[in-house]
Amino acid sequence: MLHEPSVVIGTDNAAPKKAKLGVILFFVYTFIYASFVFIGLSNPEWMGIEILGGQNLAIIYGFGLIVLAIVMGFVYNFFCSRMEDKMNKN
Amino acid sequence: MIYEVSNWAILIFVFIVGLVLGLSFYFARKTKSAAGYYAAGGNIHWAVNGIAFAGDYLSAASFLGICGMIAYSGYDGFLYSIGYLAGWVVALFLVAEPLKKLGKYTFADALDAKFNSKGIKLAASISTLIVSIFYLIPQMVGAGDLVVPLLGLPHWMGVVIVGSIVILIVATAGMTSTTYVQFVKGALLVAFSTILTVYILKNGFTLTPNDHYHQFDKTAVLLTNDTVVSIPDSTYALQNTKIVDKLVFVKAQKNGESKWYKLDRKGDQTFINEMLYTQVGTDGKKLYNGAPREEKKFYQVGHLTKIIVDGKEVDKTGPVGPFEFLKTMKSTELVRFSKKAFKDDGNQITVWYQKATKGEDVMKPGLLYKISAAAGATIWDKLNFVSLMLALFLGTSALPHILIRYYTVSSQRAARKSTIVAIAVIGFFYILTLYMGLGSMISGVLDVESSNMSGPLLAKSMGVGLFSIISAIAFATVLGTVSGLIVASSGAIAHDFIDKYLQVEMTDHAKVRAGKISAFAVGILAIILGILFQGMNVSFLVGLAFAVAASANLPAILFLLFWKKTNAKGIAWSIIVGIISSIGIILLSPTMYDKYGLIPADAPIPLDNPGIVSIPLAALTLIIVSLATQKKELAK
Repeated sequence: MLHEPSVVIGTDNAAPKKAKLGVILFFVYTFIYASFVFIGLSNPEWMGIEILGGQNLAIIYGFGLIVLAIVMGFVYNFFCSRMEDKMNKN
Repeated sequence: MIYEVSNWAILIFVFIVGLVLGLSFYFARKTKSAAGYYAAGGNIHWAVNGIAFAGDYLSAASFLGICGMIAYSGYDGFLYSIGYLAGWVVALFLVAEPLKKLGKYTFADALDAKFNSKGIKLAASISTLIVSIFYLIPQMVGAGDLVVPLLGLPHWMGVVIVGSIVILIVATAGMTSTTYVQFVKGALLVAFSTILTVYILKNGFTLTPNDHYHQFDKTAVLLTNDTVVSIPDSTYALQNTKIVDKLVFVKAQKNGESKWYKLDRKGDQTFINEMLYTQVGTDGKKLYNGAPREEKKFYQVGHLTKIIVDGKEVDKTGPVGPFEFLKTMKSTELVRFSKKAFKDDGNQITVWYQKATKGEDVMKPGLLYKISAAAGATIWDKLNFVSLMLALFLGTSALPHILIRYYTVSSQRAARKSTIVAIAVIGFFYILTLYMGLGSMISGVLDVESSNMSGPLLAKSMGVGLFSIISAIAFATVLGTVSGLIVASSGAIAHDFIDKYLQVEMTDHAKVRAGKISAFAVGILAIILGILFQGMNVSFLVGLAFAVAASANLPAILFLLFWKKTNAKGIAWSIIVGIISSIGIILLSPTMYDKYGLIPADAPIPLDNPGIVSIPLAALTLIIVSLATQKKELAK
């Protein structure tokens, strides 16, 4: 199978910090995602409540989870790139 | 359902599928070596690679399955969109970078490099094979569904066509779905879905979906008691009454034509509403609304019964904005179609009855996954919901073919950027699925026999050109995904199992032969399964594949990365327990019982989605086995 590395990766001093940031962001997102599931389980009628601009909680939360994943991706990339620039200078 | 076949549609379809196939052959020829294949990834701009990533991920399930599920069950289908995208968060934040640091490119390689254990080799190859096959089923079902309205062929022929093309490609040339092909496919899919959404918004809401929309029969009836009815209108002749799960179905004749109706009540009034039905007689002949298929008595459905704008009832709205669309949808009333099957005089009858539904219920979870006490949700219903959300969240990073692209880009930074582009493109697409699904729900385009075709059929109502382009993209997507999966599973058999695990001495020639024979066998199996699973929603099937992948692979990946005491035995057992428990639960679930022709309520495990049990079980197995065998290792 075609599993050869494309390039040899040099040492990355920022790796532990990046991994830590990833884990933190993962837990933040998981908490928000789990809350969505929890509301669905415990108070499903809340999902129909109008929140903003005539949209209900289900739509706002659902769209929110999709947009949040994108935004958090950008945040993660921004900080990872900064750490790499800082720590891999030499 | 029988459709008008348009030569134009076939021409456009064949052209686009041919173009995609041609492109992949061209690039596959150019990049023969493994190094070339991956070096290409290094030279490609991260944005192109990101869209290719999206093209890889957005399989038939996303377009066909999710749109279909939303069209039939509203917001519950959109849960799949939310969950599929959330899975990328796990992949990006938790798995991708640490795995890249290990310098390995698939989870099997990473496991193998760390432990070099025979047990792991066996477990990983079985897992790759099983997950690939589970992922193949929905692709094949989707392919079969696509050719029905497009080429006028029966479902099984679509499955056989895809299977044969792919087996031929894999067995003769070996197709790698290259970055550029995935890029073209991904970009086209998103672009045409956007066009479709713009059409939906431009059309707005209307009570008459189209000029030739079926006028449903309805007449008042008298109840002498709850089961016996008489019809005051003398043009109707009552023929038969059936009670199925507390629903009353009535067969009546009007103008010499027999039809099935459903008894409904509104306040004091009782009346019967026309249903769609199929009848399979003892001779095996199937009738659609009482006539052979060719007579075209079976029609497409889905309509609104009430539209309210600013507190006033209207017949149509005209063009609406994206937010206004969702807001207006909430205040509509519409008709959905639910299925029931029963026996009548030895005939197998399947009916699809009208179910008046409020727009506000469509716009929140609960139509498919019962979760509220008011709807009579049991603890199993709630567990099903959690189980689905868990499997979708954890499944993405456990699929063997998804993460590979992350490792084919030279710099980590470019890989990350590509992934973020992919998340943005996929997220945008998933938001469109809500519009496409809801649009088909109310546009009189649904084929009750196949939820998967809702998106393409909506496109068909807007123009044959749009329809054939979208179908061709979906078909090419299926071809790409299927060939990738067949290559992966034949690799698991020929390379991982026969060569590495059994260590059979083989010449290069024999190795290639073993690979081709495995590809052929998996292809045939995929064709058979694709035919057997006809009629099921492909997104539901992909949900099951995600559950199996998450149960088999994810505990192994995460513990390998984050728990130092993880050992080879723990991982091997965790993979095996994950596979057996998830598949065991699926095989004993109500959905499968229905598929076997048994009564769903008799299923020993009242759970359709196995994740909630099998994922923790696999993780627990890993911990217990790792700890137990550690002591032995230390004692030595």
